[in-house]
Amino acid sequence: MATPREIAMAAEKRDIRNRWLLSAPALIIIFLAAIGPLFVMLLYSFMAKGDYGDVKFGQFSLDGWFNVFLTRDIFDDTLTFADAHLSILWRSISLSLITTVTTLFFGFPTAYFIATRPQNQRDTWLFVVTIPFWTNILIRTFAMQEVLRNEGIINSVLRAMHLIDSPIQIMFTNWAVLFGMVYVYLPLMVLPLYASMEKIDFRLVEAGYDLYATRLQVLRRIIIPLVKPGIIAGSILVFIPSLGAYVTPRVLGGGKSMMLGNLIELQFGQGRDWPLGAALSITLMVVVTLALLVYVRNASKGGGGNG
Amino acid sequence: MAIGKAAIEAVGVTKIFQSSGQDSLKALDNVSVTIGENEFFTLLGPSGCGKTTLLRLIAGFDFPTDGQILLHGQDIAPLPPFQRPVNTVFQSYALFPHMTVGQNIGFGLEMQGKPKAQVAARVEQMLRLVQMEELKNRRTSQISGGQQQRVALARALAPEPKVLLLDEPLSALDYKLRKEMQIELKRLQSETGITFIFVTHDQEEALTMSDRIAVMSKGKILQVGSPRDIYDRPAVRFVANFIGETNFLEGEVVSTAKGQAKIALDAGATIAAGLGEGATPSGRVTVVVRPEHASVVAALGKATLTGKLQNIVYFGTDTHYHVNLNGGGEFTVRHQNVHAGALAFEKGDKVGVLFGAEAARVLRD
Ligand SMILES: Nc1ncnc2c1ncn2[C@@H]1O[C@H](COP(=O)(O)OP(=O)(O)O)[C@@H](O)[C@H]1O
Ligand SMILES: [Mg+2]
Repeated sequence: MATPREIAMAAEKRDIRNRWLLSAPALIIIFLAAIGPLFVMLLYSFMAKGDYGDVKFGQFSLDGWFNVFLTRDIFDDTLTFADAHLSILWRSISLSLITTVTTLFFGFPTAYFIATRPQNQRDTWLFVVTIPFWTNILIRTFAMQEVLRNEGIINSVLRAMHLIDSPIQIMFTNWAVLFGMVYVYLPLMVLPLYASMEKIDFRLVEAGYDLYATRLQVLRRIIIPLVKPGIIAGSILVFIPSLGAYVTPRVLGGGKSMMLGNLIELQFGQGRDWPLGAALSITLMVVVTLALLVYVRNASKGGGGNG
Repeated sequence: MAIGKAAIEAVGVTKIFQSSGQDSLKALDNVSVTIGENEFFTLLGPSGCGKTTLLRLIAGFDFPTDGQILLHGQDIAPLPPFQRPVNTVFQSYALFPHMTVGQNIGFGLEMQGKPKAQVAARVEQMLRLVQMEELKNRRTSQISGGQQQRVALARALAPEPKVLLLDEPLSALDYKLRKEMQIELKRLQSETGITFIFVTHDQEEALTMSDRIAVMSKGKILQVGSPRDIYDRPAVRFVANFIGETNFLEGEVVSTAKGQAKIALDAGATIAAGLGEGATPSGRVTVVVRPEHASVVAALGKATLTGKLQNIVYFGTDTHYHVNLNGGGEFTVRHQNVHAGALAFEKGDKVGVLFGAEAARVLRD
């Protein structure tokens, strides 16, 4: 005879087993689709490069990682810092940071505007914000090109107003990439901001005014601390894809304003240096992870009252 | 009670809410009222009668469609809420969830730019006043409803406003806590000397706490007076009905003379009844008599009205007698049970109902 205790324990065991069985499909997908490829990347980064792309299997080599940071001169074999890679890394990080700050700057008032509309109008506004998602990013980026190029909308308007004589070169500069990325990622900032603003009890704002806080103080001391989760989420959602952005810098930045994504693509394509590409990918991932850790830690520390 | 110097005056205040397109809603309809300094003034009325709207106009969160609001004789229309020396205890408390109890209480003073040391001292003082010293560093989500209510009160009192607005501050508390907080509020008001404008839909709360009460209905103030005025001398049917229980007797005016009228009741008798100030009614009127201001008597000859005892309900502290009047209609009498003992009457008895001119009151409507 089983004691009640044994029966209970058996039931619990069954329960745990069922839970594992039920989550198995999800776990398999996570392994195959997310962790598996990363593992492949890691392996590739430690192999010798093949002559026409690919890698030489089983041939261990540190060249991939070596080339991330250093360049070997073709003629005299002297080692120098890989300036090109570092400047691309730096451009990627700074452009992504500026993109994040800019989308926050424009996204915050937008989200506030939507959150303070009457309930029945908010869905319409959200719908408007998400419309760009309906079109393929490539097409949207080419449309942006139409706006920015020398004969494009901006230059035509400025010329018609006689503000300039010759067109301003916007295309193929960092500005063009920034314009494009802000345009593409703005909804990713607005949506999480809206989600946390919508939850704000606007009586708290009134309570702030009631207690002698000016508009600016209400914003700083009440609204911003309360939407902090949205600010964090939005910044992460914009920063990460910006750092790995590929289409926008390619179309709007050309060869001059390359970003990490393009550099990586180059290694797997014309560059035929898969180990370097893999090592760069993992570098990008490490940079993102570190940036997130620092950011989230600081952001949540500042959350205690004095905002 | 005589009103001292006016703290807040509303002059012909109307507030219309334009609901999108169709009908607009008159939340306040030509409201005029004067609230004195150091007064505990209550706005009493059913839900939706415009109490919160009036408070919001005083606080500055909304603007009157018409009329003026004066603070110490000055029109406050140009002042934004953060410049009005008026603080609010919100119905939902509206405590800042990202701050501690102490930070909440100090917020107003800090925003006024008071030096840090002064803010800290005042926070300590307020914490003592509401007996919450130990909870200073708790988050507001980690304290009970009653404690939140005290914090809201301390936060609003800390900057020493000229006027404190309290929007149904006790409605979320359970009965026992509500009773305690009523006493506490009264104490705080007399200790600080700040004008309290207190909103409630609970008539008992209004009667026990207020210096004066304004009874509101559908955006209008129907009557303003001391609790005794409002209870003993209701001016209109709504006030008589909303506060306490009452008997309504219909009749015809026979004659009027200095503050009294002779009324021929439909129930048979002709009685004397008090009149409101300056009232000269004629034709058909309604007279009200509070159940405890009348008594049931056996001697039919001396009675004001006669009838048959239809029902007796025993409540412990008092007994209700429901009398079917001979002239038609029903009349309730409430006797306090002064000493334990057998009841003097039985169901079905022929009884008289006795009340004097001071117990009967002619309504304006
Ligand atoms: N912002 C608003 N827009 C439209 N109608 C409102 C608004 N605020 C209040 N009302 C309406 O005004 C009336 C009075 O409301 P309120 O002052 O909140 O009543 P109370 O506080 O006495 O319950 C109600 O009918 C309410 O629906
Ligand atoms: Mg209300």
